[in-house]
Amino acid sequence: MKILYFAWLRERVGLAEEEVAPPAEVATVADLARWLAGRDEAHAYAFENAAVVRAALDRRHVKSDAPLAGVREVAFFPPMTGG
Amino acid sequence: MFCVRIQEAPFDAAAEAARLAQGRTDVGGIVTFTGLCRADAAAGGTGLAALTLEHYPGMAEEEIERHVAEARARWPLLGAIVVHRHGRLVPGDPIVFVATASAHRTAAFAAAEFLMDWLKTSAPFWKKEERADGPEAGGWVEAKASDDQAAERWARDRAQD
Repeated sequence: MKILYFAWLRERVGLAEEEVAPPAEVATVADLARWLAGRDEAHAYAFENAAVVRAALDRRHVKSDAPLAGVREVAFFPPMTGG
Repeated sequence: MFCVRIQEAPFDAAAEAARLAQGRTDVGGIVTFTGLCRADAAAGGTGLAALTLEHYPGMAEEEIERHVAEARARWPLLGAIVVHRHGRLVPGDPIVFVATASAHRTAAFAAAEFLMDWLKTSAPFWKKEERADGPEAGGWVEAKASDDQAAERWARDRAQD
């Protein structure tokens, strides 16, 4: 699946996007954030305060318990500050 | 006419608003809102030199379109235009434009405020500040609880409908 990062998550991870293949037990957005955080120091730093990180699945806002089944694109980002 | 655009270029607020009534006579009122890059965006410290707006291409348009669709379901709108810029902007530059058209003013005012409130909290845009004493002095703007409360007010209103 494709992972996108925005704003300070992008800066901390050091990537705007990456392709990952998490194991089957990674079933929800929260599972994925934990799994990504375990990859290396940069990811751990990005997800160190997981409660503030927002997510979208296939371009729709979701909560952290949302299932990943069938999802192609996951985005992680801080609370939005547009307008 | 209903239209959502994300662009780097500036926009002409008057020309955008005029499009809503062009070629029709049923529009009784157009409400417009233009958001500008403000110099005192953060309290204290040195002045703001610039803002850089990052966005999620694709989702930004879709998310705003979902709120335009909801606004159309809630109020009898005859048109709406939302333009949101991205890239580097300096104080005084226009950032966002919302215009709504309806036969009567109440719907146009309410829908414009609804769209702006949701835009602030759910459209995937992020602002990074540059301060006058160098790009490292700035940082990502933090979301404001007051903006969340403004958007949630509409969700409460809907629950009471």
